[in-house]
Amino acid sequence: MVLLKNGTVVEDTLADVSAAEQVPENGGILVSVAQWQEHRDALIQRSDPLGIVLRSDEKPELIADDLQYFGVIALDFPAFGDGRAYSSARLLRERFSYPGELRAVGDVLLEQLHFMNRVGFDAFAIKSDDAVRDWEIAAADISVWYQPSSDGRVPATQLRHNKN
Amino acid sequence: MYRYDEFDNRLVTERVEQFRRQAERRLAGELTEDQFKPLRLMNGLYLQLHAYMLRINVPYGALSAQQMRQLAHVARTYDKGYGHFTTRQNIQYNWIQLKDVPDALADLAEVEMHGIQSSGNCIRNTTSDQYAGVAKDELEDPRVYCEIIRQWSTLHPEFSFLPRKFKIAVTGAPNDRAAVKLHDIGLRMHRNEAGEAGFEVIVGGGQGRTPFVGKTIREWLAPENLLSYLEAILRVYNFDGRRDNKYKARIKILVHQVGADEFRRRVDEEWEQIKDSALKLPQEEIERINSYFAPPDYAQLEDNTELLASQRAANGEFDAWVSANVADHKVPGYAIVNISLKSLRLPPGDMTAAQMDAVADLADEYSFGELRVNHRQNLVLADVPQGDLLALWEKLAALDLATPNIGRVSDIIACPGLDYCALANARSIPIAQEINQRYQDMDRVNDIGDVTINISGCMNACGHHHVGHIGILGVDKRGKEFYQFTLGGSSDQNASLGDRTGPGFPGDEAVDAVETILNTYLKIRNEGERFLDTYRRVGMPPFKEALYGAS
Repeated sequence: MVLLKNGTVVEDTLADVSAAEQVPENGGILVSVAQWQEHRDALIQRSDPLGIVLRSDEKPELIADDLQYFGVIALDFPAFGDGRAYSSARLLRERFSYPGELRAVGDVLLEQLHFMNRVGFDAFAIKSDDAVRDWEIAAADISVWYQPSSDGRVPATQLRHNKN
Repeated sequence: MYRYDEFDNRLVTERVEQFRRQAERRLAGELTEDQFKPLRLMNGLYLQLHAYMLRINVPYGALSAQQMRQLAHVARTYDKGYGHFTTRQNIQYNWIQLKDVPDALADLAEVEMHGIQSSGNCIRNTTSDQYAGVAKDELEDPRVYCEIIRQWSTLHPEFSFLPRKFKIAVTGAPNDRAAVKLHDIGLRMHRNEAGEAGFEVIVGGGQGRTPFVGKTIREWLAPENLLSYLEAILRVYNFDGRRDNKYKARIKILVHQVGADEFRRRVDEEWEQIKDSALKLPQEEIERINSYFAPPDYAQLEDNTELLASQRAANGEFDAWVSANVADHKVPGYAIVNISLKSLRLPPGDMTAAQMDAVADLADEYSFGELRVNHRQNLVLADVPQGDLLALWEKLAALDLATPNIGRVSDIIACPGLDYCALANARSIPIAQEINQRYQDMDRVNDIGDVTINISGCMNACGHHHVGHIGILGVDKRGKEFYQFTLGGSSDQNASLGDRTGPGFPGDEAVDAVETILNTYLKIRNEGERFLDTYRRVGMPPFKEALYGAS
């Protein structure tokens, strides 16, 4: 498993403690929504990097008022076909103006990177021998977009209008 | 019709190359069939009982003559010389080999066709009225909005992994020929009190094992808000639709479980947030797309009823064909011609490559080079001068494409059934052919008049049995094919689901049961009453008694 961010492999500085019984006092961590709700005050006091994981059945409204505390929001894909996190990503970016890292975790496939990137993901925890090559393939496959989305890419409808 | 510009062309070409790489990885063994499955499904490639099946979209059923010739070329080059038109206005090739699929897709891309989103849990081909643009009862051309939806839904990044497949249909006329109440979303254009055209939005219709007629969640929607409202519906469904059981994952189950009012509340709450976003359709964009659907260059003709009447009087077969297969056109002197794909020789919806080529030529000669596919698996030539009807009929007859049975007993919708499909429990095509065989006497057929028989080979209902006036469902009963009957279904503006008659019939008695049902109708109908109207008037008892004996 490697962490691909903005097209390069980076070191993951956050320990995923979302399934752990204890939340460690120090070090960068990724917590669950339940942990956040239970230890919110203590977690805010920590100075180390903090991220949160949303399961696919947890809507972004649950944390919408607290986004300033998270450097990373990880959205889980329990299976590649569970597409709820695509909607969550758009809401986080477009409705709640979340500016930090949006990370896809779980069953993340090469063929989905393009769609994920379009809805606002900038980081991907992916199983791959060569994640950078995978990213380059996914990013170059399709160069036409029909819909406005979180990535700000200009859709064909707008490009046609600009030409006239 | 719509023509691709540089953007549409680039997307489809890139997509073919992407799939070519994926298919090469599969053929080289780098991908297992399991890993390959989601990739091929995104391009319309299924694995069926005997072979791969490739489904190609015909957007809202519109085909140019050139596209039809390319479909013939694909049938001839990569398949066994046939294609099968489906109830979603698409075409399927049932004998394609994986190694040939990238080439077939590349050939189709040359004529602006593809299989993107013809399968998978995404927004499928948007379907419409086969008489769009030429129907007398139409308010506005629905194809304009179908094309806008086609573009918006193509590779939609948020909605490509929905709980289940998602089908949208649009009609611009009060007489619904697109079955909009049986779709995940149905859009019916009508005027509000201010006289402005907009959409009634119907959600949660569908067939399958749990059929529902859709529910109206918005009486009138301004066209400029079409995409934001669709996006709100899709987002609610993407979040809230069930993902624990694929048989309960369609939007109809969600709408049924939470109720139409609660579903509407959720959609409206979401829509409030996005209705003024970049999705708002500028009038110029609607007009830009509309210009693609400008009427063809019609000649100044008059309705020549006398000539047609004398031609019909002189030729009984031509007369029967005009009665059943020709519909009124909004422009004087023109007619809409339905081409029946329900002859005795081929399964419903099937066409040979030679027929496709010939029909393309006829479209060029008589109908401005365009064709349509309808959801009852027939074709339409939408713009034929009335004075050419006789000549066209003669040529169609020579191609075995002039069966005068549109809307009649042998105009049967049938799924591929156990002859092809891995899901089926029973065969559909032989039952359809046997009914067709039994009703060859056209006087008898015309006496029975309007009746739709729909046949599905399993409860997934691809043959639309729930909404056939007479529905036939094939089931497996201890290794034997049995056929259950429903009566009173309809997919039009007064849509209804059929009622079960009772126990099913073995395969060799199924067509006798059809005859019993129709004979009962003939006995008890009032003057001028269609089968469906008779059933709605008298209900099940007389049919039940005829089928099963007095209780």
